Amino acid sequence: MFELLAEKFSSVIDRLKGAKKIDEKTLDEALRDIRVALLDADVHVDVVKQFITDIKQKFLGQEVIKGLTAGETIIKLLYDETLSILGGQEPPALNKSEKPPTIIMLVGLQGTGKTTTAGKVAKHLKSKGFRVGVASVDVRRPAAAKQLCTLASSIDIPCFVDEEEKDALKLTEKVIEDAKKQGFSYIILDTAGRLHIDQELMEELVKIKEKVKPAEVLYVADAMQGQDAINTAQEFHKAVGLTGVILTKLDGDARGGIALSIRKILGVPIKFIGTGEKIDNFEPFYPDRIAQRILGLGDIQTLIEKMQAAIDEEKAKQMAEKVMNAEFTLEDLRDQIRMIRSLGPMEQILKMIPGIGGKIKDLKVDEKQFVKIEAIINSMTPEERRKPFIINGSRKKRIARGSGTTILEVNKVLKQYEEMKKMMKKIKKSGKMNFPFKLPF
Amino acid sequence: MFKSVFERIKKGIEKTKKQLVEGFSKISFGRKIDESLFEDIEAVLLKADVGTKATQEIIEFLRQESKKRKITEGEQLKELLKEKLYDILKDCSGSLNLTNEKPNVILFLGINGSGKTTTVGKLAYMLKKDGYSVVLGAADTFRAAAIDQLEVWANRVGVRIVKHQAGADPSAVVFDTINSAKSKGEDIVIVDTAGRLHTKEHLMKELQKIKRTIQKFSPNQPVETLLVLDGTIGQNSINQAKTFKEATDVTGIVITKLDGTAKGGAIIPICKELKIPIKFIGVGEDIEDLQPFNPKEFVDALFE
Repeated sequence: MFELLAEKFSSVIDRLKGAKKIDEKTLDEALRDIRVALLDADVHVDVVKQFITDIKQKFLGQEVIKGLTAGETIIKLLYDETLSILGGQEPPALNKSEKPPTIIMLVGLQGTGKTTTAGKVAKHLKSKGFRVGVASVDVRRPAAAKQLCTLASSIDIPCFVDEEEKDALKLTEKVIEDAKKQGFSYIILDTAGRLHIDQELMEELVKIKEKVKPAEVLYVADAMQGQDAINTAQEFHKAVGLTGVILTKLDGDARGGIALSIRKILGVPIKFIGTGEKIDNFEPFYPDRIAQRILGLGDIQTLIEKMQAAIDEEKAKQMAEKVMNAEFTLEDLRDQIRMIRSLGPMEQILKMIPGIGGKIKDLKVDEKQFVKIEAIINSMTPEERRKPFIINGSRKKRIARGSGTTILEVNKVLKQYEEMKKMMKKIKKSGKMNFPFKLPF
Repeated sequence: MFKSVFERIKKGIEKTKKQLVEGFSKISFGRKIDESLFEDIEAVLLKADVGTKATQEIIEFLRQESKKRKITEGEQLKELLKEKLYDILKDCSGSLNLTNEKPNVILFLGINGSGKTTTVGKLAYMLKKDGYSVVLGAADTFRAAAIDQLEVWANRVGVRIVKHQAGADPSAVVFDTINSAKSKGEDIVIVDTAGRLHTKEHLMKELQKIKRTIQKFSPNQPVETLLVLDGTIGQNSINQAKTFKEATDVTGIVITKLDGTAKGGAIIPICKELKIPIKFIGVGEDIEDLQPFNPKEFVDALFE
């Protein structure tokens, strides 16, 4: 997510960081690099221009902030400007109707991920304890309704469709009426993808909106879109009045320039981001966290939240106690690996750590290494896991065979485990915490 | 019911014109060449998603050539720009590789939402109209209801489809499709695959497996492998094309969604750097809205 920007920004930042004085030439050079980075990330040309002018004016027009070097002042300006473009400190809340159900309508071009996103929004609200239903009024794309219902049933959410009804407006009336009877707090309405220049379909969208009176009309936008993204969004905004934006496909190497353009030009907040194909790959949009990521400063808050969600507090306490008492066994190591892996792919996790974010563009973590370590530990007897010192040559052979690995690999795991134990003893002495085990890259 | 071929092409060109024209038609070339004219051209190229690198190269070329040729009029610069764009794109047109060996296999790849399934449907229609017998292989076993979507297309076009259950091994679907086409003596197999981000290594490996399966049937024949790129995507399409090409030999590109206002200018760096032929462009939602890519028309349309 935003790797390209993070990489470029952090290289500029590294260059400026220590500088006590910055003359106009140095500034221009840095801004030129930033301009290219923003354009390469598909930020709209006009927004880029404004951004560069603003930074320059503000920097030249102000004294170096007290306590900061010139370099740090510019970094602060970059951060503030990025944050303000992304929407400031605004919390990503959803509008609610006065009386339930609150209807959330998703609109956008074809192929931006509306249907998948409908499932994700529903899951997100359900996990907060609300009763949620989904409905599709996509009469255009073959099997769209079926796709939504398949998704919905996988998360146990009722789905309202009627594949016989080919008139979008009649269909809207029917599904919304049916869904309303169920007493939901939220109904997510998926609409057909359409082109902003298709007048007939845009009018249809306006009529659907009039019929259902949604509290939210969310524009689902592909984060990989180019310069035209803004035109398109503006047309939708003019026609139906958007209340928010969901950016999709921010996993992979999407450059996400639209995140910086859309808020600035439309004045509509980004509310959520989609970060993967799975239904849980969905997060509220926090402008400050994203600004930190874009500048290559990592995203420690999201990491902490992910850990809190994934890790059972009781277990974590037990683990900490074991660490402190140096009772850490191979079973505990296995638990720890499972815990960390449950946070998501290692690559994503590492990129949230401040100082790493912008610097490791092509980091490839071999997730299979974790699987191997787990398999090796699984192939041990409970006794071996608790007293690894009893593992002799013939036991090693058996473990290697059982886990489909080699004796060499078994040795490596045992060695790593020993090192960790040593490290833990040190932690106990010094009271300092370190990353619990060696990462396989 | 169906519009005449002529009308369809005209409509397509008009649409292409409309999306591309707006940019350059806003510039008035009827003035002497000065710095501001270069700046205007630069802005239009950037807004068309041509990207900073290619834009810079084009502008640099214009500066030098105009000096060399002692050009002073804006109109002459316009001709020079046209010439340059055509020069870049002319190496990147191509038609479908079809051989006499039956069945010919056409494999579709692309990221999620680029329009693969729709393009498969449109191409099947085009080929069937040309007199070929076509079978579709539903190898997108991942996305919910993808098989159903392809099946609707198969019915619409009137061709056969081979499918398995959702979640099945895509390579197995491909194997069965080719096998069944072979036994029935059909001409062309079109394989629809699941959308995959080019950054997901394991999914790229799955593609290689699919390709190996195809090559088992005719080891010496290159597989026509078409990458579907969404014309509204910005600079990421270059990475997409690059990574897909590295993972599996892409033999052609289809650019979709050019019927909106997106300018599809990412074609230019892709063509410059990768030289993969662009075989078709998608210009609308109708079954007939798939057209061969014509670089001359494309460039002319930019300026008309």
